Amino acid sequence: MACTESECVADCVRRAETLAFADPPPHSIGYMPIYVPRELIHAAGLLPAGLYGGGDRLEIIRGDAYFQSYICRIPRSTIELALSGHLDRLDGMLFPSICDVIRNLSGMWQMLFPDRYVRYIDVPQNFDPAVGGRFWRHELETLRRDMERIAGRPIDDEALRNSIAVYNENRAAIRELYAQRSRAPWRFPLSEAYLVLRAGNSVPPEEHTALIRDYIRGAENDLSRREMDQSRVVLAGMFCEQPPHGLLVTLERAGCAVVDDDLFLGMRWIQGDIPLDGDPLQNLVDAYLTASATTASRYSPEGHRAKWLLESYRRNEAEGVIFCAPSFCDPALLEQPMLVAALDRAGIPHTEFKYSEDTGQFAVIREQAGTFSDSIRLWSAS
Amino acid sequence: MKENSMLLQKQLLADHFDALARARDEGKKVVYTFVPGNLNELVRSFDLLPVLPEINALQSGMRKLSGGYITEAEKSGHSEDVCTYVKCDIGMLRKGNIGPTGKPLPKPDLLLLSYTGCFTFMKWFELLREEYDCPVAMLHVPYQSEGRIEPHQREYIVQQLRSEIIPKLEQVSGREFDIEKLRSMLRLSSKAEDDLVWVLESAKNTPSPIDAFFAGVYYLGPIFSAFRGTEDAVQYYRTLRGEIEERIANKEGPITPDGPMKGERYRLVVEGPPNWTSFRDFWKMFYEEDAVVVASTYTKVGGLYDQGFRHDPDHPLETLADYALGCYTNLSLPARVDLLARYIRDYRADGFLVNSVKSCNSFSVGQLLMLRQLEERTGVPGAFIESDLVDPRYFSAANIKNRIESYLQMLDQKRGAA
Ligand code: SF4
Ligand code: SF4
Repeated sequence: MACTESECVADCVRRAETLAFADPPPHSIGYMPIYVPRELIHAAGLLPAGLYGGGDRLEIIRGDAYFQSYICRIPRSTIELALSGHLDRLDGMLFPSICDVIRNLSGMWQMLFPDRYVRYIDVPQNFDPAVGGRFWRHELETLRRDMERIAGRPIDDEALRNSIAVYNENRAAIRELYAQRSRAPWRFPLSEAYLVLRAGNSVPPEEHTALIRDYIRGAENDLSRREMDQSRVVLAGMFCEQPPHGLLVTLERAGCAVVDDDLFLGMRWIQGDIPLDGDPLQNLVDAYLTASATTASRYSPEGHRAKWLLESYRRNEAEGVIFCAPSFCDPALLEQPMLVAALDRAGIPHTEFKYSEDTGQFAVIREQAGTFSDSIRLWSAS
Repeated sequence: MKENSMLLQKQLLADHFDALARARDEGKKVVYTFVPGNLNELVRSFDLLPVLPEINALQSGMRKLSGGYITEAEKSGHSEDVCTYVKCDIGMLRKGNIGPTGKPLPKPDLLLLSYTGCFTFMKWFELLREEYDCPVAMLHVPYQSEGRIEPHQREYIVQQLRSEIIPKLEQVSGREFDIEKLRSMLRLSSKAEDDLVWVLESAKNTPSPIDAFFAGVYYLGPIFSAFRGTEDAVQYYRTLRGEIEERIANKEGPITPDGPMKGERYRLVVEGPPNWTSFRDFWKMFYEEDAVVVASTYTKVGGLYDQGFRHDPDHPLETLADYALGCYTNLSLPARVDLLARYIRDYRADGFLVNSVKSCNSFSVGQLLMLRQLEERTGVPGAFIESDLVDPRYFSAANIKNRIESYLQMLDQKRGAA
């Protein structure tokens, strides 16, 4: 008997959940948030495995002994994962320059695991092709050589072009998911979409793209999904340490339909397709310089920090913004006053709270988000 | 008892803040910038006046004003979780931007965001950009993740100096870049740096004639801040060196706020910044116990001169790049452990202490592992205390004193057992 659409979706989400919290398979290169050029890893026949902490499913036994209480959770659960053998199958670890915590974590890795491959990925904060572009190209050439060495095979331009195409597809599928969610958030609730996205950290991109498309198709056709009386909100601040899944469910139950967010930003860092013709490495460089997402850890040479948020608010016809950042997350929390000021100037409703990946109690958040959502609906009704 | 070097430094600072107070009237332009890896010689070569918000924050801490400033910033929506230097600065701004000498600080004509060793710097100046309608010049300094400066990193900085920093300095100052003037300032830097290194290394003597952390932060003031590259700084370090030469000849220990130290029972190395709100009380906890700090890493946040770096007038832009790349918080963690291990050995330390400050992830993340590795490598026991730079809420005097006393007792026992 063929399954109903809602069963198909449930199946897809179950599969996504299993994959989302899976250990990285063999021949993977782990990477921390936020952005690494996954195309280069993929082109070497390796799997880029996004590591997003241990969430609320991992008991921290040793990790706490490495970090003071005022440091966010993700480094301690990542260390815990490594010390308890969960990351043993990785062929290497990449630490992109997102903040001082991840930066120093790269050095801790060098000291704790002296025999393993570790690289700090220093993305440029200067976007002039002749300056930051040159620097970034050099970094990518080094990474390419390193991946070739680990994989034991050269990465030729054709392989790289192919990987770029694969990730273009993946990004297109993710864009499609976001667009659909924005159009009909009741059909694509964030608590599901989150799992579908997160699964992409532990499976090959081709498989992930197929999973996203399956999910979109299933949910689109699931007639049991009905429009709900929810407030349309944008979530900001979750680009690194992850909110527990229960928090996302709580937001939805509190009446918030999330129409945009900055979760797993690295997966859709490059906005749009990367060209396939010409020198593929240079195309990766140029894409970084000209088509990167905006976020707290990337310098904004011009204009206002909140530009992306205001644009997202308008494009997605949102009614409010929720800042939802990890406790002790310097980039997100230092950014927040600038974003809040911009929203205030524009008369956009907003609320703020913090979480950590192992937050277990959501009563206060439910209360706050519920009040926020109700007040938005009242405003828009009046 | 005030030594000549102290008076000189006081005068330098007073003159600088006076010049800043007069800047608007005299048509002088002002550049705000950060301490680590700063481009002081370059800024000064355009006759621009530097303001260093970190120095203002630490001085607000010492003058017991930071608590109020931080509260002010938190009231206006800044998170309690983030670096208190930033909040202290924002709070000070909201309260009229009154500098350490009681006179208002001029607004910046340029925010020179040199981004060495800390991501918070970027957010800090983005926050200030919202307050002031002035341009920002960003110098991205890559991280020494492999424990060394790579040629392409140096080249990247030099290119940024040429294409971004120098044009903006020219624009703001209305002057053309004068490489000869820069060279002559770098020559002065290097002279002062020679004497500074001599001063820092004097702690290898027994007894050490200096405290390389608590007094060290004063010794570093001129070279880390607005005076590197000036005749005044050269004179300051020459005078300081003369005074310390005398102390060595007389076999005298360091001078503390309560006068010269009588004995030297413990020689310590310190990792991490000091606490500024209770700076004297903190220092007292050491000198009362005859503990002297013989080397510290905080005094290297503005350059590892003792490891051989000198500003080089023959390669003016490259040397600025190497300087920016080489500051302590831009070193990889293994390189930081190596440096500390060297200090413990070369300065014959009995112990080492980590002061982990809540504000500063750049310093603090990884310090617990550093502690373990250092103990393993050197066989010297370490101590770990927690406080903050300028947030008085995070300085628990009784706890810290307790911790230090029991640590020193442990060192005694170890000595007795040996
Ligand atoms: S959660 Fe924030 S502070 Fe922590 S590692 Fe991620 S970006 Fe850095
Ligand atoms: S985080 Fe540390 S280095 Fe950065 S501004 Fe704050 S105190 Fe300074």
